[in-house]
Amino acid sequence: MRIGLEPRIERSAAVALLAPVVAVLLTLLAGAILFALLGHAPGAALYAFFISPIDSRYGLGELGVKAAPLVLIALGLAFGFRAGVWNIGAEGQFTLGAICGGGIALFLPDVGAPWLFPLMLLAGVLGGMLWAAIPALLKARFEVNEILTSLMLSYVALLLLSTLVHGPWKDPEGFGFPQSRLFPEAATAPLVLAGTRLHLGALVALLAVPVAWVVERRALGAFGARVAGLAPAAARYAGFRRPRVIWAAMLISGGLAGLAGVFEVAGPIGQLVPRISPGYGFTAIIVAFLGRLHPAGVLLAGLVVALSYIGAENAQIEAGLPQAVGGVFQGMLLFFLLGCEVFARYRLRVYPARRRA
Amino acid sequence: MSSKATRRHLLAGLGAGAALASPLRRLAAGERLKAGWVYVGPIGDHGWTYRHDVGRREVEAALGERVETTYVEKVAEGPDAERVLRQLAASGHAIIFATSFGFMNSVIRVAKQFPQVKFEHATGYKTAPNVAVYNARFHEGRTVIGTIAGHMTKSGIVGYVASFPIPEVVMGINAFMLAMRRVRPDAVAKVVWVNSWYDPGKEADAAKALIDQGADIITQHTDSAAPLQVAEERGAWAFGQASDMSRFAPRAHLTAIIDNWGPYYIQRVQAVLDGSWKSHAIWWGLREGMVKIGPYNPRLPEEVREAAERVRQGIIDGSIHPFAGPIRDQQGRLRVPEGKALADEEILRMDWYVEGVQT
Amino acid sequence: MDPLTAVLASIIAAATPLLLAAAGELVVERSGVLNLGVEGMMLTGAIAAFATATTSGNPHLGILAAALAGALLALLFGLLTLTLLANQVASGLALTIFGVGLSSLLGAGFVGVPGERLPRLDIPGLSAWPLVGPVLFRHDILVYLGLLLPPGLALFLRRTRAGRILRACGENADAAHALGHPVIRVRYLALLFGGATSGLAGAFLSLSYTPLWIEEMTAGRGWIALALVVFASWSPWRLLLGAWLFGGVTILELHAQGLGLVAVPAQVLSMLPYLATIAVLLVIARSGRLRAPACLGRPFHPPV
Repeated sequence: MRIGLEPRIERSAAVALLAPVVAVLLTLLAGAILFALLGHAPGAALYAFFISPIDSRYGLGELGVKAAPLVLIALGLAFGFRAGVWNIGAEGQFTLGAICGGGIALFLPDVGAPWLFPLMLLAGVLGGMLWAAIPALLKARFEVNEILTSLMLSYVALLLLSTLVHGPWKDPEGFGFPQSRLFPEAATAPLVLAGTRLHLGALVALLAVPVAWVVERRALGAFGARVAGLAPAAARYAGFRRPRVIWAAMLISGGLAGLAGVFEVAGPIGQLVPRISPGYGFTAIIVAFLGRLHPAGVLLAGLVVALSYIGAENAQIEAGLPQAVGGVFQGMLLFFLLGCEVFARYRLRVYPARRRA
Repeated sequence: MSSKATRRHLLAGLGAGAALASPLRRLAAGERLKAGWVYVGPIGDHGWTYRHDVGRREVEAALGERVETTYVEKVAEGPDAERVLRQLAASGHAIIFATSFGFMNSVIRVAKQFPQVKFEHATGYKTAPNVAVYNARFHEGRTVIGTIAGHMTKSGIVGYVASFPIPEVVMGINAFMLAMRRVRPDAVAKVVWVNSWYDPGKEADAAKALIDQGADIITQHTDSAAPLQVAEERGAWAFGQASDMSRFAPRAHLTAIIDNWGPYYIQRVQAVLDGSWKSHAIWWGLREGMVKIGPYNPRLPEEVREAAERVRQGIIDGSIHPFAGPIRDQQGRLRVPEGKALADEEILRMDWYVEGVQT
Repeated sequence: MDPLTAVLASIIAAATPLLLAAAGELVVERSGVLNLGVEGMMLTGAIAAFATATTSGNPHLGILAAALAGALLALLFGLLTLTLLANQVASGLALTIFGVGLSSLLGAGFVGVPGERLPRLDIPGLSAWPLVGPVLFRHDILVYLGLLLPPGLALFLRRTRAGRILRACGENADAAHALGHPVIRVRYLALLFGGATSGLAGAFLSLSYTPLWIEEMTAGRGWIALALVVFASWSPWRLLLGAWLFGGVTILELHAQGLGLVAVPAQVLSMLPYLATIAVLLVIARSGRLRAPACLGRPFHPPV
């Protein structure tokens, strides 16, 4: 007797919705066991992880603040991944967006108030696109693998930011610390929800979801990105040119990452500092895949992943759970989510014993 | 394994949504004051954060019946920090220690929203009625070890494994060099920046490179004991950073600069308990015991130890100033004439290097 | 040792963790699986090695523990991606998060504990040769393993039947299955091997390079190893080149700082290893083919 997986003819919507729920339940169970084994009260820890971060208006705002860059970046990445273009350098594009947008705020503050912020956003998008253009060029012209180039450029971007805030862009009144001046009022992202830190970037991220969905349905058809990702040879025969797909995918994901970057420094941070991202560019990759590369999925996945990070912080404060345990728990949550998802695409079948020939 | 602080408490209405905490009320009998610490790195860095946590545990040991401590590790500077600070403030912590410069603006913002909560920001410069700033004169420690280095070096070259060119590191390098040159006027410091606070592999690589280039003394402003291990293996001398690291390099470890936050933390938490807490901006060093010099290696010659002790006592009683003139910079210009010394603000803004520093 | 010899020997040592991890990952990817969890497996291997070596007093036991720990994590990854057919990229990233947290948890009691360094094994005879001797033959066992893996793998992949089957699973899993090869089992074995070597890479850091435990002490080397596999375009010999290039530029950048050679900010110097890697890759790309195994990252579901 064997147990095996059989592809479903049609994806079951019911299971697709049920699978994440089951995954979370399994995580709660496994987490409770883990916490108990380590001597922490499971109930308090789980509550601190999942419930208390979002049981207040401020908490929901924080969820948005944390999720916004993740969703924005992941939307762009999902587009690229569908097209078979592996942009692993979103972190670097995020950073370049922050540098370019921040640069506008620092050096062109005299531009009139209504124009400064949009100009910064534009600069951020262009900055991210510029950084993504390098791996795009290398791939489209020279067939150099974009995983490597985009990843290497991430490190370079971080070092570039460090060079700038330690040197030419350092705040002269900042006691020599590596930080830029604080951005002027007109250069800060407006808040959208009183009593929270929820800023325009979160709104933009939210709006980007249906926009991405529409774009994917219509323009994607023209670019054939979806087809191109699945079978480059077939796509070529169908008339979709691969270099165009590469450029589109990289520029879009780079631009979105750059936009997320400028929102982050113009919003919650308010200046340029050496560390502006706790790894959004890489976490967004997880978000993109958890969301099955679909805009609505990306939104949900972004919220879940953001919650897991905030929950880990909270659990340290409220339940005394060490940060390391939080990390293990996060990994487990992701494992269960990824593992349970298989049942949306496959069914469990029991096969009668087969005789060996 | 790790010590467990009793930091458990049940959540009361955190979700009130009110931005202002209720005025600090009298603690009920038996109820403990909550004190929180925000760390930028992991306690397992065995360096900066580790020493702050040692301080926190000293608070628990000294005031455990009346104080309950909380800590949050690996809080990234930026939006995450603000959220954590706010969470601590909103969940009833009476005093919060933020142990990294990068938390500064977040501390100020959250402090405005929670005027009844006391905030202490390490190494910052912005204060408020409920925000105090505290810092340690590590460079005084550098002056002492620089003196030792001057006596112990044969090649006259010291290898400095440095992290980032921030003021604290810069003034440390300068203080070290000035002290070393008072003993050995031709001494030179080669500085290598590893762009990280702790990356043992890279720190070891830097130390090896420096020794290969002739350094016979290694000192560092990075967290791990890796440079010491390299020194031990290669026959160089070295100094411990933030804590006594002699067990990593019994032969090579001459002494260490020790971050000693415990007494300050106990004092400040006690002040909240007494109601006598006031904002301040302090910069304490050897005299107040915030910076300590570790036990001297038994192999240190007697006269060197005496010289080091003279310098240490001199700093404590004020007769020796780490930045007393004449001081020339790398280009040879006289920055501080003989008879004068750098004032605190000038030290804090130091972005130039003294003669002999090669970077 | 004169400076040149010392620098070259440092480069060989610095390249070792990259070689060990990348060699294993190369095998994994040639079989058609993409395991991005290298950093997590490395760190867990590092703490497993350190904890075992310190508690037992025997560093060699630590090596075994590290290989086992890495393999176990890889097994977990295999269950997710080969049996449950979960997405490989996300699973690998989840494995990294899990591994980092796990290592931090296990390591809490070992912070500030000095470790047992792996003994150096000078190869008799060869280690006395001028220049080559001290550079290549006066290291510990893990360094030698790192040097032997690329040629060993080149032999395995090209000349053995098992190697050819592995490559077939990576190039065309359906065809391999049709020919009767156990694709899933091959991939599991490849994963276990990759996990073991990643664990060994971590063990090298905590037992030999810097015998201590500090959280996140791999400092991103796992990601560099992943990049090196791509750099090597999945060919073992080029892996040696890539590891030496990256390790070399990193070491030389530090030396350049020490010599005060270059008047640029230190951060710009630190960019060199990454830029050099891109540059060399560009040069290689213009000359030959750069192709990933065709089935890389795609789940294989055996038709029933």
